Amino acid sequence: MIVIVDYGMGNLRSVQKGFEKVGYEAFITSDPEVIRKSSGVVLPGVGAFADAMHNLRASGLGDAVLEILSQSKPFLGICLGLQLLFTESEEDGLHKGLGIIKGRVLRLPTEVKVPHMGWNRIKKVCEAPILQGISDGSYFYFVHSYYVDPKDSDIVCTTTEYGIEFTSSIWKDNIFAVQFHPEKSSKLGLKILKNFGGMVYAHLPRS
Amino acid sequence: MKEVLTKRIIPCLDVKEGRVVKGVKFVNLRDAGDPVELAAVYDREGADELVFLDITASYEKRGIMVDVARRTAEEVFFPYTVGGGIRTMEDIRNLLSAGADKVSLNTAAVKNPQIVREASKKFGSQCIVVAIDAKRVQGSRFKVQGEENLGLPTPNSQLPTLKWEVYINGGRTPTGLDAVEWARKVESLGAGEILLTSMDMDGTKNGYDIALTRAVSSAINMPVIASGGAGKLEHFLEVIVEANADAVLAASLFHYGELTIREVKEYLRDHGISVRL
Repeated sequence: MIVIVDYGMGNLRSVQKGFEKVGYEAFITSDPEVIRKSSGVVLPGVGAFADAMHNLRASGLGDAVLEILSQSKPFLGICLGLQLLFTESEEDGLHKGLGIIKGRVLRLPTEVKVPHMGWNRIKKVCEAPILQGISDGSYFYFVHSYYVDPKDSDIVCTTTEYGIEFTSSIWKDNIFAVQFHPEKSSKLGLKILKNFGGMVYAHLPRS
Repeated sequence: MKEVLTKRIIPCLDVKEGRVVKGVKFVNLRDAGDPVELAAVYDREGADELVFLDITASYEKRGIMVDVARRTAEEVFFPYTVGGGIRTMEDIRNLLSAGADKVSLNTAAVKNPQIVREASKKFGSQCIVVAIDAKRVQGSRFKVQGEENLGLPTPNSQLPTLKWEVYINGGRTPTGLDAVEWARKVESLGAGEILLTSMDMDGTKNGYDIALTRAVSSAINMPVIASGGAGKLEHFLEVIVEANADAVLAASLFHYGELTIREVKEYLRDHGISVRL
């Protein structure tokens, strides 16, 4: 079962419907127990980093997500759900994140219009299973003002240029996370959701 | 500022009580009046975004648009904006939580500019678009409050400065506001984007109002969507190159199949403009 974590940060229906569209049922939940029992977790989200961390802590959802991350269950972070994995963010002061990935969340440079909003290209740095069938230079839909700067460059999956070349997706073991919005990136975005669904079900033990 | 994002091509659908008006002439449609099915067609055709303009007259029936937004979110996976008749923070919240990526404010923003500030603070600038319907002020110069501070030529100057006035209520009511000043004002209030329609050019197919679009886009830092007047391929290129539009909107041209999204994109690409193909 794929679950989408509802921690009060933005509309999650598009993500849920996206999974449905490619043939995978996904459940929106704010119950830590449901997350613990799931076979794959999606952490979406838009909004302020500090609010998001506050909500994750207060609800106990953060702990449940951390447990999932430490197991080998497939995890997909989207936008803020990518940034929250990191050590800390510079958004509105310095705030601690979930700390699963070492590195910082930084503000996009001032030479470009912020938020970075629109279709932009990815440059593939590695061949992650989540990007199967997606070619180098493909366009995805972005809406964000901050970007992640991982310490370990080996986890960088794609980069994107906007004022600077930033990390637009990462892959570490069972953890996949993207800065863009697959649920708003048309056909190729749905392909990513489909790849993730495939991993969740491939990962399940055969009954 | 370095241009790094692709130029967006945006079809616009007029929706009345949940049905598309100004018939759309695509083949193989189950229901040519269903906004959701048409949105899906435009997604497949490669449109970068879509705008639904709600022209429902009665306020009571406006809830239907929320339902359209919700159904769209279930079927279509690219960004879309809903505009027309939005009055309150509650209207905005309802549309965004139904799945719309952005809302566009027009009359409500003029009548109560604070809604732009409040909404962009609450929901983020990226989802608050201000739509400006602008009409050229003919002949004489247009008096604007505080104009003497702008270093414009005196009223006796031989060369009249071009001015555009903001209209509301679907283009029926003049406001006395100068379009360029109004764009600056809503930017300072936190709007994220301007949807700029030239009332003079709209429906003429003679091209976008280049002077208007240039005047607005050079006055502000946020993206400008040019609207009104597209009739042929050259018009899209012209408003992007000469007026620095970030996105171009068209309605009937696409609906009647006179041009496809792909034709426009290929033409722009062949002329050195970066587009998503």
